[in-house]
Amino acid sequence: MAEISTTSHSGPARWLVVAVPYLWLLLFFAAPFLIILKISLSDTAIAMPPYTPVFDSFGTLGNFVSQLDLENYFFLAEDALYIQSYLSSLRMAFISTFLLLVIGYPMALAMARAPSRWRPTLVMLVILPFWTSFLIRVYAWIGILKPEGLLTVFLQTIGLMGPDEQVQVYRTDIAVFIGIVYSYLPFMVLPLYSALEKMDGTLLEAANDLGCPPLKAFWKITFPLSMPGVIAGSLICFIPIAGEFVIPDLLGGPDTLMIGKTLWTEFFGNRDWPLASAVAVLLLLVLVVPIMIFQKQQQKVG
Amino acid sequence: MKNKLLHLPAFAVSALLAATAATAQERVVHVYNWSDYIDESVLEDFTKETGIKVVYDVFDSNEIVETKLLAGGSGYDVVVPTGPFLARQIQAGVFQKLDKSKLPNLSNMWPQITERLAKYDPGNEYAVNYMWGTTGIGYNVDKVKAALGDVPVDSWDVLFKPENAEKLASCGINILDASDETFAIGMNYVGKDPDSKETADLEAGAEVYMNIRPHVKSFNSSAYIDELANGDTCISMGWSGDVLQAKARAEEAGNGVNVEYVIPKEGTYMWFDNLAIPADAKNVDEAHEFINYLMKPEVIAKASNYVQYANGNLASQEFLDKEVLENPAVYPPQETVSKLFTISPYGPREQRVLNRLWTQIKTGT
Repeated sequence: MAEISTTSHSGPARWLVVAVPYLWLLLFFAAPFLIILKISLSDTAIAMPPYTPVFDSFGTLGNFVSQLDLENYFFLAEDALYIQSYLSSLRMAFISTFLLLVIGYPMALAMARAPSRWRPTLVMLVILPFWTSFLIRVYAWIGILKPEGLLTVFLQTIGLMGPDEQVQVYRTDIAVFIGIVYSYLPFMVLPLYSALEKMDGTLLEAANDLGCPPLKAFWKITFPLSMPGVIAGSLICFIPIAGEFVIPDLLGGPDTLMIGKTLWTEFFGNRDWPLASAVAVLLLLVLVVPIMIFQKQQQKVG
Repeated sequence: MKNKLLHLPAFAVSALLAATAATAQERVVHVYNWSDYIDESVLEDFTKETGIKVVYDVFDSNEIVETKLLAGGSGYDVVVPTGPFLARQIQAGVFQKLDKSKLPNLSNMWPQITERLAKYDPGNEYAVNYMWGTTGIGYNVDKVKAALGDVPVDSWDVLFKPENAEKLASCGINILDASDETFAIGMNYVGKDPDSKETADLEAGAEVYMNIRPHVKSFNSSAYIDELANGDTCISMGWSGDVLQAKARAEEAGNGVNVEYVIPKEGTYMWFDNLAIPADAKNVDEAHEFINYLMKPEVIAKASNYVQYANGNLASQEFLDKEVLENPAVYPPQETVSKLFTISPYGPREQRVLNRLWTQIKTGT
């Protein structure tokens, strides 16, 4: 935005360009968020929709507002379930992001150092899994990880496992980590790749000429220069993983505790839309901090 | 409740069908039913006979249906909620009263079932029974025998006694992820009123599951059919017809897995799945025609023969396969029926206590 306002162009075209993203945010972020916020201040009811009060006209606005309260938020603080769900989600997201970084960084580095004529093909290969539905790919992991699955058969065939042994991974947190790392890897690799590809290779040559060993050169030059990619990739992965529902539901066990699942129970099991909304609002607040770090970083880069 | 997303592709397909149907302006009816719950040829026959196209969509938990209905504008003309859910949804104003003048086949219904259904739908104004059944034990005969020895499997003890559960843990225990009925069964097992809503009683019911929790492999309500059939799960709390479908699948596959269903002698939960029309349904006439069609004795008998669930249609019994009608797991004898219980809907506060306990059982938190 800052760039546009400082240019010499003016007139309606400029306003249109500015207005489009703001309108987008208003329609698809602010409006839904306000609706959720309002529901989080309501009470449950056996009705359609299942909460009260429902906004009907501006004439009764005062009455409508007076029925809203923070009761649901107090309830969230009372029961340890919610705190533990948040913490458990953050833990899962943190570990997954770390694994993604450890696996994704060498991949991105290898791609960035590959001959330039190969690079488009390599980028395509990273994007290739998106051509199949996400859901089908997660289901495929069930087929691989379940006790009679492909992994067991493979390990038995090559003799690493006896015929009576089975891989006991499906419906555990390990399966969830595998599913998450697999699903989010492109989102980690692509920002890293774009940061690493821009790097000036002569810097490493200079370091080498001056007697810096390669490993030291990596930590002194390559890694710091790729920081924007590291931060972008980590946040793009961390934020959705913290709210992830599908992967833990399909691959995790009944004791895999994540906030997405807790929210599901509130919404579907308890039919408590107001409390579910309060959980969602809090989740947003928990995640807003990393988003702000991200933005700050982006501004620095810009 | 297990896999809400299992049926997403089916949903997408039916949405597509819906779009094309609307442009062609032909008569359609949008039906939302449980998964694995009809002989598909029944739908084809209905279209052949009436010219009404059926857009058929499936779910595997009452919670999903209820959320869609409460949000409004679900787009369905016929849905199939279970008793306590039906009762609450009627109270919330989700359904419209049936126009009985359009349902001449009501005369085929089974008064005994209709009467029990009236507990949820006073005066039988909003719904007619589709199928009913019990929640019992489905088990792999050979594996359970190997684990427990030659004991008769006729009691909840097999599943709920920790020493038994411990022996069965390695071959796979599944519990239905349906908190209301699991608690009713748990409370009944420890001698409480299964329909109690008292916190102390619910906690006593929860205790039953807490005691066996370390030995339970999974909590799901649809995948267990296949898992029983292919031997991944050796014992599961299960719905009668589902377990019998697992038995049939195993026999079909010829994999040597021998699945049986039993109604435990302590008694169990008897449930009713019912056809109802949402208040905002667009094709009300077609919905009535569809419901009326399903009340034709030979039609509903065909469905029952296929899914192995009992229906609420007395006149259909002469069209039922002998092995369905005479199977005590499907049509239990009178002395078993007298031990079956029903439950009334939970209020919001009770529901919270219930689901909180259920979460605690599942996650230990």
